[in-house]
Amino acid sequence: MNAAQPDFRDEELLAAVVADLIGDVRHVAVGNASPIPAAASLLARARGNGRPYVSLLGSQKHTFWTDGGRELFDCAGQGRIDVFFLSGGEIDGQGNINLVSIGDPEKPTARFPGSFGSSYLYFVVPKVILFRTEHSKRTLVPKVSYISAPGGSDDNIHRTGGPIALITNRCLFSFDPDARRFQLESVHPGHTLAEVIVNTGFEFDRPLDVPVTAAPSAETLRLLRQVVAPELAEVYPQFAARVFGFKAAS
Amino acid sequence: MIARTLDDALAPISDGCVLAVPREGSGVAMAATRTLIRRGIKRLTLIALPTSSLQADLLIGAGCVETLETSAVSLGEFGAAPRFTAAILNGSIRMKDATCPALHAAFQASEKGVPFMPLRGLIGTDVLKNRPDWKVMDNPFGNDDPIVLLPAIKPDIALFHAPMADREGNVWIGRQRELITMAHASERTIVTVEKLHDGNLLEDKTLAAGTLPGFYVETVAVVENGCWPLPLPEYYAWDVEHLKEYVKLAATDDGFAKYLDQYVYERRAA
Repeated sequence: MNAAQPDFRDEELLAAVVADLIGDVRHVAVGNASPIPAAASLLARARGNGRPYVSLLGSQKHTFWTDGGRELFDCAGQGRIDVFFLSGGEIDGQGNINLVSIGDPEKPTARFPGSFGSSYLYFVVPKVILFRTEHSKRTLVPKVSYISAPGGSDDNIHRTGGPIALITNRCLFSFDPDARRFQLESVHPGHTLAEVIVNTGFEFDRPLDVPVTAAPSAETLRLLRQVVAPELAEVYPQFAARVFGFKAAS
Repeated sequence: MIARTLDDALAPISDGCVLAVPREGSGVAMAATRTLIRRGIKRLTLIALPTSSLQADLLIGAGCVETLETSAVSLGEFGAAPRFTAAILNGSIRMKDATCPALHAAFQASEKGVPFMPLRGLIGTDVLKNRPDWKVMDNPFGNDDPIVLLPAIKPDIALFHAPMADREGNVWIGRQRELITMAHASERTIVTVEKLHDGNLLEDKTLAAGTLPGFYVETVAVVENGCWPLPLPEYYAWDVEHLKEYVKLAATDDGFAKYLDQYVYERRAA
């Protein structure tokens, strides 16, 4: 909860920002353990009167797949998924993400769950939105110690996708694929540029005047609370209850 | 084809076996997993298509696994998989990190009887760098277009849980079609099911398309609640309280030993 802006929660701000990043597309897919991207995708669908298709991993209702786990990846390989979300135990300034380990992979000093589908989806989904709510020098590092998926590739590598943005609890960065660098787009209400600089382990570009991230509109908050929350509760009941106070009817 | 007991059904799974298992959204044979641990199975090569949660964590913690190949092990909302993490940090298992579509593709190669499958992505990752068994070649139909080739994965045995089977050994898997790929790819398939279906699943037009033919199935055992404490989608959910207890106990070696004593070595009634 943000003391300066008592009218909405941090999660609602992030979901609204991510929904704007999704834009007008046909198909958004959301991986595991991603309640805020899921809320953002359902918000985009509520605004678009049913467009885009939203595929939520872990949901029986919000997936149309009938060909098993591979259908997500087959869809993506054909260019049938426009937006996906990835996170990382570490994310570096070149957009590389690490979901595996810290230190020598043979003798790591820390271990994360694993790469999931990132080593593939990062290459073939046009808009990958990076998402990391812990914005610290521990998570946003100069160089990841293991590349689960690279931010960019050589020209001869088949690459129809990659990162477009990184959103954290403090700010929003966009990603320039040619320079392979992040640019600070806005700082969330209640946070400061100085705080972003101190807590970011990599170098990034920024405009002279950094705007404040726009607060969600009343209509956005209404959709999130009334339309999205009940849909979200199927996959993320604890999140829906905590953020939106939504309790499923028993 | 329908085994008398779960122990009978699991008899073909021997020490050193290459065992394929699914992600928890598809039907993980947890009762069978506890039975294997009680039997003291050793040196498994466990391949989880494409990820795992409690099943891999339990087998690793109980010392049953020599090599693990998968794309991630995590308890999801309940946090990191503690025994998996500990085993990686102390080097007690061999880990072959993959990415989800690579496992799907390598199972498909085996299903088709071809030696490998190409896959996009991966080039420039440390996943590829740490997999000497994966090769990069130039697309023979393209021009300067490197692509990764993955050798076929042919497990000795696939093991999973499904809602029902008939007396011919046909198994209804519904939409969870990676179970069909897994069975096609594996030498033998062992399935536990909630219940037996009266009649032949393949003769029911609405059920046939979601059915794994008994042709591919070695043995079926009926084990009600066979995924517990994991979910069987559309039938029952995670046992949230149990998972919370597991996470607490499995954080330490002693706590994990206590968990095994309480829930694995002592046969649980439910």
